[in-house]
Amino acid sequence: MRKEPALTKTLSITEEGKWFTACRTEDVPENGGACVSYQDEQIAVFRLATQNLWFATQNLCPHKRQMVLSRGIIGDEAGEPKVACPFHKQTFSLKSGACLSNQELQDLKTYPVKVENGFVLIYVN
Amino acid sequence: MKSVPSSSYRKKVIVIGNGMVGQRFCEKLVEKDNHNEFEITIFGQEQHRAYDRVHLSEFFSGKTVEDLYLCRADWYEAHHISLHLGDPVVEIDKFKKNIISALGVRLPYDYLVFATGSQPFVPSFLGADKFGVFMYRTLEDLEGITAHAFRARKAAVIGGGLLGLEAAKAMMDLELETHVIEFSPRLMPRQLDETGAALLRSKLEHLGVTIHLNKDTSAIRGKDKVEWMEFTDNTELETDMVVVSAGIRPRDELARQAGLKTGPRGGIVVNDQLQSSDPSVFAIGECALFEGMIYGLVAPGYEMADVVACRLTGTEKVFKTYDMSTKLKLIGVEVASFGDPFGLDTAHSPLVFEDRMRDVYKRINVSEDGKKLLGGILVGDTRSYPMLLQTYLNNIALPRELETLLFEPPDSGDRGAGVMSLPDSALICSCESVSKGKICAAVTDHGVTDIEGMKRCTGAGTGCGGCIPLVKDLITESLKKQGKMVKQAICEHFEYTRQQLYDLIRIKELKTFEEVLYAAGKGSGCEICKPVVASILASIWNDLIIKQATIQDTNDRYLANIQKGGTYSVVPRIPGGEITPDKLIIIGQIAQKHNLYCKITGGQRIDLFGAHIHQLPQIWEELIAAGFESGHAYGKSVRTVKSCVGSTWCRYGLHDSVGFAIELEQRYKGLRSPHKIKMAVSGCVRECAEAQSKDIGVIATEKGWNLFIGGNGGAKPQHAVLLASDLDKETVIRYIDRVLMFYIKTAEPLNRTATWLNKLEGGLAYLKQVIVEDQLGICSQLEAQMQQTLDQYYCEWKAVVENPQLRRQFTHFVNSDDPDPTVQFNQARDQKFPESWTA
Repeated sequence: MRKEPALTKTLSITEEGKWFTACRTEDVPENGGACVSYQDEQIAVFRLATQNLWFATQNLCPHKRQMVLSRGIIGDEAGEPKVACPFHKQTFSLKSGACLSNQELQDLKTYPVKVENGFVLIYVN
Repeated sequence: MKSVPSSSYRKKVIVIGNGMVGQRFCEKLVEKDNHNEFEITIFGQEQHRAYDRVHLSEFFSGKTVEDLYLCRADWYEAHHISLHLGDPVVEIDKFKKNIISALGVRLPYDYLVFATGSQPFVPSFLGADKFGVFMYRTLEDLEGITAHAFRARKAAVIGGGLLGLEAAKAMMDLELETHVIEFSPRLMPRQLDETGAALLRSKLEHLGVTIHLNKDTSAIRGKDKVEWMEFTDNTELETDMVVVSAGIRPRDELARQAGLKTGPRGGIVVNDQLQSSDPSVFAIGECALFEGMIYGLVAPGYEMADVVACRLTGTEKVFKTYDMSTKLKLIGVEVASFGDPFGLDTAHSPLVFEDRMRDVYKRINVSEDGKKLLGGILVGDTRSYPMLLQTYLNNIALPRELETLLFEPPDSGDRGAGVMSLPDSALICSCESVSKGKICAAVTDHGVTDIEGMKRCTGAGTGCGGCIPLVKDLITESLKKQGKMVKQAICEHFEYTRQQLYDLIRIKELKTFEEVLYAAGKGSGCEICKPVVASILASIWNDLIIKQATIQDTNDRYLANIQKGGTYSVVPRIPGGEITPDKLIIIGQIAQKHNLYCKITGGQRIDLFGAHIHQLPQIWEELIAAGFESGHAYGKSVRTVKSCVGSTWCRYGLHDSVGFAIELEQRYKGLRSPHKIKMAVSGCVRECAEAQSKDIGVIATEKGWNLFIGGNGGAKPQHAVLLASDLDKETVIRYIDRVLMFYIKTAEPLNRTATWLNKLEGGLAYLKQVIVEDQLGICSQLEAQMQQTLDQYYCEWKAVVENPQLRRQFTHFVNSDDPDPTVQFNQARDQKFPESWTA
């Protein structure tokens, strides 16, 4: 039986957690995403170079529960950074994790991200 | 899910009949039953669950029973409804409030709903029970007719009304010599006047239907089965089968037996709440008699269903006299009739237009003061019907130039403007009762922009479909009112059409998405514009697409087709479907080595499924070493050129179709376009390669090749059309170059050639002028641009396999070499399959 990854709520830095060094900045394509593994979690890291912003969300698309969001096309909708799932083009805000295309879908878990000395750091539990 | 209170607390509703109206009532009651107060039981006489009787005739033009069902088989269970099919109710005790079914089920009820519908009226003549006499009412009737038609050559339909002509169409579809027998002196006597009916008759006769008017059947004769008919005027007609469609009679025998009040000519008498003489018994649809009238259409039946569901759940609603206007397309003749078609009820002045050249008749009845539309008849051209009906139903003041009512305004681009003058309350879709206000609100408040979205949002257009042109106009006009141009901009980031963007990219020589965004767009782009720009860049420059991996659509990004679970499938090119045993063996060995699921595709190739992302470069390295190339199955690009065996082997083949298919596939492989392009070459007119279902189809003739374009299968199949005949190979290639380049330059995103051609102003005739006659003088340019793009071809996978940096893009994690640990496979039929969706 497939292990169901936990969908926990979005992390904020006030909670107990730590910064984890995920990858180098050049591992994530400009205006695209990459997937990093952290313990049992798969985290999608996105680099919106047009706005010089970094984001991290769960890699699991809640629509059909597929581990693919890091492979999605990113961009913006009315200024809101978003990612589109490769499977059925459900779109999610990279800021809040909310689904923009289907209100009935769960929000994505999002993680704080920062870049230091050429490395991407993600805040995790 | 709602909790289900134990049954003893719930009110029991028994519905007799599982036809369209009975089904609609159940749906409405389920929808409105917020407190879960009702327990529904349905008894149906037929073995089939509710199906679309309105479109029954489509059974003859290829629809199956499955297509006609109104809901899925598990719908009833999902809503806790108990459904008894093939088990009619036979007895009602309205004092004890219970029923008994034919199979002996005895159940109590709180409310009883008759939705028993009607049955065909069979005039009393001899031999009506003979083998070969059919009704035209149920699926069973139709199955019987179809079976009998195999042995028949001639069919006679009794009844020249709406239903009779519908049945006649079915007989035509079954390729029978068709006769229509009508008792009165004209066809459709309740809807058409003499002139209209005469025109309809001549059109039908032209189509091969023989019409017999003033004929009263006295007997059907034959030894074991129908052989001939006799009429009261002592004439006879030989026929192999008879279909009776001479009107309907309400199914009220059970109601009468139970002591409910019925009309003198049938029908369960109901008040405006659809209550019968017993207040806990209701009747809806064709079995109900309201104010002396039986409503034989589905829309008023649906309205009745809604009224009863509303009343049971505590909303006040009454049934009012319903408009019985109709429009239908009979065997290629359009007929509409609305309001008071004959102007019998009120003093009026008729306005008549007759065009014997085009076989068009229009008549509208206007009140004497010229202010109100009372009704009318349209034969041959019903385009103005939706607007006339709305004008009539909403009592809209008429223009001073009354003749404008009879004609569609010329295509000035302002065609839909008139619909906006309708009041918000105007009922546009009468099947689903959706008003103009609701349709416009769906556009302004819910962001609906097309007909499909409107169907999902409001249900409008999902019934008979007659309102779709009006709904489309309303969508367009509402969008315009909001300042939105319809389908103009690609998305919020580019206010250009694809064609404009294509020209811009070529003229300014833009090579990357960033350059295009900077030159012509705004914001950061999105999943709509990025693949569009990527496709244009690839069509023009044919550079390695994964140099700009993040603007590519999913499959192009990894040069493979994503499948359930997030693994990919791999399709090597097998030009023309011709392959050596050695190469077949190698594909098998590679599949075995990497544990890939194998399937033959519809395009005569082999698809290998279930490759993890990191396996792709290795698999391709092996395929390329064995001489294979990318098949571009993942791209919006030329896919395959299918072929039949052709003259080298086939005893019928005229030319070498395989050879030509390979030549074409080698020429156009990798060409990227607004949507996928499929081709095929057949070696003779038997068309085994199915070339007429492809974007480009080539079929051998005695003198050369015929070139077809614009076909596709898929959700909306369309046959390709003939562009030019008896061409030599070089000309075929030249024309394909031109057509494809013209398509690539001018099509909207994700429009295949069929859609493109449908939208192309001037259609095929115009395309011939451009491509064959070169009236625009662009053909040499089109050919040169095609050659430029094709010259850039190389195998994308070879480029990746040989480039370590590009290979590195093919991993699941960037901080680990592990494959995705959540991917799971199951085993079936000796191969692996991915886990199915869990959500």
